Amino acid sequence: MLEISNISKIFKNNKKDLAALQKTNLLINDHEIISLVGQSGCGKSTLLRIIGGLEKASTGFIKLNNKIIKKPSSNIGMVFQDPRLMPWLNVYDNIKLSILNENKKEQKVKISKTLQKVGLENCEQLWPRELSGGMAQRVAIARALVREPKVLLLDEPFSALDSFTKTNLHQHVKELWVSLKLTIIMVTHDINEATSMSDRVLIIKKTKPREIENSQIINMSYPRSEFKNIKYNQLIKKRILNS
Amino acid sequence: MNIFFKINNNKLYKLLKSLYNLFKAKFSQPLIGIILPVIILLIWYFLAVTETIRNSLLPTPNEVLKEILILANEGTLFSHIQITLTRVFYGFIGGGIAATILGILTGVSPFIRKLFDPTIQALKAVPSLAWVPLFILWFGIFENSKVALISVGVFFPVYLNLMMGIRQIDKRMIEVANINNLNLFQTIRWILLPGIIPEWITGLRSGLALGWMFVIAAELMGASEGLGYLMIDGQMTGRPALIIGALILFAIIGKLTDELIYLSAKPFLKWKESLDTMQVGANNA
Repeated sequence: MLEISNISKIFKNNKKDLAALQKTNLLINDHEIISLVGQSGCGKSTLLRIIGGLEKASTGFIKLNNKIIKKPSSNIGMVFQDPRLMPWLNVYDNIKLSILNENKKEQKVKISKTLQKVGLENCEQLWPRELSGGMAQRVAIARALVREPKVLLLDEPFSALDSFTKTNLHQHVKELWVSLKLTIIMVTHDINEATSMSDRVLIIKKTKPREIENSQIINMSYPRSEFKNIKYNQLIKKRILNS
Repeated sequence: MNIFFKINNNKLYKLLKSLYNLFKAKFSQPLIGIILPVIILLIWYFLAVTETIRNSLLPTPNEVLKEILILANEGTLFSHIQITLTRVFYGFIGGGIAATILGILTGVSPFIRKLFDPTIQALKAVPSLAWVPLFILWFGIFENSKVALISVGVFFPVYLNLMMGIRQIDKRMIEVANINNLNLFQTIRWILLPGIIPEWITGLRSGLALGWMFVIAAELMGASEGLGYLMIDGQMTGRPALIIGALILFAIIGKLTDELIYLSAKPFLKWKESLDTMQVGANNA
């Protein structure tokens, strides 16, 4: 279980302090998909980066299985908006970056297994420049998964892809989520993506002075029909616009 | 009989074609680079033979070759080349190492950059010959002053390229290292070092080119051996063939040493997609 407790983030500026998150609280169950949505600059990615250990919260804490997270951990993998592959490393070595401390034999087995999972067998020797956008993002996902994390953080990983590749990758991430029993936290601007992919949606609003909290959770029940998804879409859009 | 000839002809055709392809792949690129020197040589030959420019100013290519061969026969040519090469080598190593250390420090630390960079940028503007009197005073007339001068020439391009290379490393790549728990050594080995190698190599190549320019200045300041000395000797004794011969040797050896760096660096740069591998303007065809 991942516990987000009282997380606030204040960016210190020369002129004035800027609050990105105010007392965000959330309990995320194992094997759950949560989407973080909200207007640009509301703090979605900041929250994700705090969970990943890339940024420190001003107040509050994050706990994964009752252990406080202060820095990046092998239990948490992260995929960014752009694949961030090292252009000087081939696909194999890019994925290897995640498991440098393991021995060569283990690395080989794990990398080939992971590449199979993301549908990129026989691509080990390719350079990043030889990959399409979708393939590069799959390599980034493989790099995050090769450490066998419990939690996968996705920071708008599909936003730069065309709709066909995006749909394919949605399907693929869902399959990985089922087979690897991952907990996924995903930042997205796409409300349809949020409702179709996730169990719950956390709406983060832009902070206002004197406001105690700036986030709100939307629980979405199963089974989900097309009609229900449209209803949830409308509800989320309304809440974001009112924020 | 006809069939036999056909088979043989086919085999011959295939052999010739494979030989042609091999020639094209191996030699066509270097041969393209030879076209311009050959044109210059022909123009030079024409101007010299027709005496459009007097022979006392522009000797024929034959006379230049003869001058070089005389030196080779005397056994002095190779010692001249060797001494110049040695000077450039030590200057390149000295300047290259100093620039690499300072380039890394100023690239990594903003404090060290603020401390050193303004002074280094100011010194960069000092012309090569301006250092000569000072270095003679400090290091004497012999080898040390010459090597020091060449080091100065090599230093600036290597330093600038390396510092800029480090500063331009994408911070998002460091974030990838952080999220994957890479330690400092792993971050340097897998991310920083490969990221700055292209700029460093560019700096080394530019530094070497400047090293070759500075060696002439160094050898003009009172050498008794070296290709620069040959040029001065040619000027003093009125032998333009010797001056042009030394000049050509400078160009050839300079190109060879540059090629040596380029070839040594090639395995580290194979990931880079250069314009060579792309068909520029192919869409407009």
